[in-house]
Parts: sequence; structure tokens; C-alpha cells
Amino acid sequence: MSVLEIKNLTTTYGPVKALDSVDVAVETGQITAVLGANGAGKTSLLRTVSGLVKPTAGTITLDGTDITGKPTESMVHRGMAHVPEGRGVIAELTIEENLRLGMRGAAKRPTDTPAPVRTLDDAYQLFPVLGDRRNAQAHTLSGGERQMLVIARALLARPTLLLLDEPSLGLAPRIVAQIFNLVRALVNDSGLTVLLVEQNARSALSIAHTGVVLNLGKVVVTESAEVLQNDATLRHSYLGF
Amino acid sequence: MQHFINVLLNGITQGIVIAAFALALVLIFRSTRIVNFAQGSQAMFTTYIALTLMNNDFPYWVAFLGALAAGFIIGAVLERVVIRPLEGGMELNIVIATLGLYVAIQALAAILFGSDYKSFSSPVGVQGFQVGDLNLALTPTSIFVICTVGVVVVGLTLLFQKTQLGLTMRAAAFDGEVSRILGVRVSHLLTFGWALAGLVGSVAGILVATGSFIYPSYMESLIAFGFIAAVIGGLDSPIGAVVGGLILGIVNSLVSGYLAPGLVTIGAFVVLIAVLLLKPGGLFSSTQARRV
Ligand SMILES: Nc1ncnc2c1ncn2[C@@H]1O[C@H](COP(=O)(O)OP(=O)(O)OP(=O)(O)O)[C@@H](O)[C@H]1O
Ligand SMILES: [Mg+2]
Repeated sequence: MSVLEIKNLTTTYGPVKALDSVDVAVETGQITAVLGANGAGKTSLLRTVSGLVKPTAGTITLDGTDITGKPTESMVHRGMAHVPEGRGVIAELTIEENLRLGMRGAAKRPTDTPAPVRTLDDAYQLFPVLGDRRNAQAHTLSGGERQMLVIARALLARPTLLLLDEPSLGLAPRIVAQIFNLVRALVNDSGLTVLLVEQNARSALSIAHTGVVLNLGKVVVTESAEVLQNDATLRHSYLGF
Repeated sequence: MQHFINVLLNGITQGIVIAAFALALVLIFRSTRIVNFAQGSQAMFTTYIALTLMNNDFPYWVAFLGALAAGFIIGAVLERVVIRPLEGGMELNIVIATLGLYVAIQALAAILFGSDYKSFSSPVGVQGFQVGDLNLALTPTSIFVICTVGVVVVGLTLLFQKTQLGLTMRAAAFDGEVSRILGVRVSHLLTFGWALAGLVGSVAGILVATGSFIYPSYMESLIAFGFIAAVIGGLDSPIGAVVGGLILGIVNSLVSGYLAPGLVTIGAFVVLIAVLLLKPGGLFSSTQARRV
């Protein structure tokens, strides 16, 4: 069953067609990786799904409910958490205040949603470095620590679907591996569903179940991650590794 | 010595009212980047509402709270009816709209309440205290003014630092889009911000009137000094507004007490220019952190 179903989605910015009749189905309890070069439309896809950008055509269905054009503010209550491009840390607030904002989103969620991170303490246990610095302003964190903060903040809202926009951006390979492994572990252990957008195809496919390749706003390939990883022709023509 | 102490006391009392008005401006600016030129007119109008209540035999306190409620509602209504529809267009449109409101509300007050001087009594005395043979420029009214602004500042601090509502207001001010992603109803908070600013502006309007006279343009010098204080403080910092107000009040009082009352405005501008030369963003601007 799919948690998220994107059908025929088209998003334009004036004359620019960022998404062109995109179809993506995100299966429950899986990681779906959307891959593509700069300007492929990956960020536009996530921004359209979370209502920040209104599509010109197409539908987005979350858990069987049509959410196309619904306000962004309502997405958290519907079970969607979006970690935006550039991470979206609120730099002037403390680490704990950022986390509290995430936890606030859980208030309207059904209490029986399985969630790996329910309390601030859970978050600090998952990422001890955040606990040690809880009262420091978030702009003092390193890139990797910021990524941990926004993932923890998103999880505190008890989502069923997590949207991640290029979590690897600007991070050392070791940190990328650490964060990706964590995402995979969360999915395995808690039934979380993830829509991961990445340029770093190799790392993304190492944890994903399904890969979707986007090129100039169009879906060119949808395959299981295994097939994509092992098919040299596909890799060379679309993923550059 | 007596003269110096009194100049200082005067400055603090003046400064604290300037601070309250600057706070109102900052409340709106930090969340919307809009300078609300109508803030002073809104405050003036609610002071007339308070006066009307008192003239109908309501006690000062009831009139005071009535004006605060009116200020809150007027702020919310203006945001919804005038400002909201202009959003997304040119920023200049909103600036012009608030300037228009400034004039329109003043004209409306003159029509409704008349443009003559009306006395606005104080709930406490206006006679200076005497310590030994020192005649202090400190009156029960000025203590009342200082305490009231103190309550407002403490109240706002608690609201922003200790409550969930305050946290979401700060988040929305710093990053509206991320706040929306996190489920914060940013547009509701903008209305609430205007309402809160209206309330705080009303406090300043009433305090400067208390024990004195009002007429439709009685807020004019407070408006000018409030703007200067807000800019000195960095325009988006509540602490900056309070510090800026106090600095300005004391400088004004020193200039008026030791040089000439006519030089007060010039003195205020000298302080403004000096601060902006040393710290172009104002004393407490948070824009630095944002750029990191
Ligand atoms: N706000 C906008 N206004 C106009 N054009 C935009 C806007 N946002 C994105 N675009 C254009 O839409 C296309 C897709 O951009 P998008 O940001 O979705 O790509 P991306 O795959 O996320 O790229 P990257 O890997 O660089 O983040 C690009 O051509 C981009 O220039
Ligand atoms: Mg992108």
C-alpha cells in the first residue's frame, strides 16, 4: 500500500516547468529515493507535496486523503514532516526550542502512531550531542549536528511520512553514512515511511528500497534500488556513478 | 546635585514611556518587517476611548483596561482589513497605507472627540516627593508609569520566553516558511502580533497622557522619539527598544536640563546618528545571527 501517491503532478514557475506529469508512489514502511542532477525538480517535488508550492495539475494523496493544495500548516497534523533543503534550522532559537516546535506538531496526532522519538529525552538519547548543547543557539551547531537537529525535530511531530531534502548536502562522507544508516534503522524499527531526495545517488540507493530518477522535471526511471545499483547502463546514463 | 538627580529622574520616566511605544513598533517590525506609522494614532484613539469612559464615571482602572482592549482589537482589525489584502504586493503600498491610517485616525479623532485640549487625570498624585530638603522630580504618577511599563516588559518577556505561543511567535518572526512546515499558523500569529502591538501602544498612549492633556496630535513627539528609540535598539529587538527608550529619555532630559529645551530633537538625532555610525544595525539587531 502507498502512504503517498503522486499522480500526474505538474508544477511551474512562470515559464519554467519544474515538474512535468510526475508519478511517484511511496510505499508504506519503505524509503523511496528521488534522484537527479541540479535543477531536476527534486526540491520542487517536496515543496509541492507539502503545499509550499501549488501545482498547476495533478493530485497528491496522503493515506487515502487528497491533500492537493491544502495549506502547509496542516501537513504536520496529517502526518507529514518535511525537512527542507538547507535543513531549516531556526538559527536564533535554542536547540531545545527547535525541538519543542517539532513536539508541538504531535499534539494533534493520534496517540497510537508508532513513533521512535516522543519526548525531548528520546531525542537527546538518539543524538547525545543535542542534549549536551540543548540551551545553545542552533546557529552554533555544525552541519552534521544541524541535520541531526532537524531530523529529531521532524520525528518529534510523530509523522508517518518523512520528507528529506538532500540531507547529505555539505556533509563529510562519514557523517552522511551515519545519518543514512540512522534513517534506515528508524524505518526498519518503527514503520516510518521516507521520501528521500538526493543528488548523492550512491548513498541514497544504499538505504532505499525504490529509486525514482528525475530529469528536467520528468520521471525517467522507477526501479527497485537493487536493480538501479546493479545495472551499469542505468547508473552511467542517469546517476553518474 | 538636586538638579542633576531630577534631570535623571525625568529622563527615566520619559524614557520608559518612549520604550513602551518603541516596543509596540518593534513587535510588528520583527515579525513583518513593516514599520507601522499608524501606531501612534491607534494609541491616541484608544486614549480618547479611555477618557470617554472616565467621563462616564468609570474609574481610571476600568478606562485603562478598556483602552487596552480597544487597542488590541483595533490592531487585529487593521491587520486583517487593511494590511493583509496588501501583502504580496509592493512593500511601499503597506507603508503608504499605515501613513494614510496615521492621518485618517487623527482626523477621525478630531471629528469624534474635538481637537481642543482635554485634561486626563491621574489615579495617583502628581506632586513631587520631598526627601529632606530635596524636591524630587519623582511623583506618584511617574512611579505608576515606571511600574506599569515594568509590568508590560515582564509580561512580554514571559510571553515570549516561557509560553508555547511566544515560542511560535519568535519562530514565525525568524523563519515563516519553516514555521509553517512545523504546523505553526503564521498568518494567525501576524494578526495576534498587530493586536499585541496595539495593546502595548495603548499603554504608552495612556501613560503619556496621565496627569496631562490630550488632543488629537498629543502623541506626536512620543511617536518621533519612539521611532528613534526603536531604530537605536535595532528595530527587531524588544530589549533594544527598552534600552533605546531609556537612553533617549535620559539624553533628552540632559539636553533640556543643561543646554536648552529647544535642542532636544537635535540631541536625539545626534544620538541616533552616533549609534548608527558605531553599529549600523542598531544596538541589539539580530540580523547578524541570521547571516551565519
Ligand atoms: N522559486 C522559483 N522560481 C523560479 N524557478 C524556480 C524556483 N525554484 C526552482 N526553480 C527552477 O525549477 C527547476 C527545478 O528546481 P529544483 O530546486 O526543484 O531542483 P533540484 O532538483 O532541487 O535541484 P538541486 O539539486 O540543485 O537542489 C530549476 O530549473 C529551477 O531553476
Ligand atoms: Mg534541491
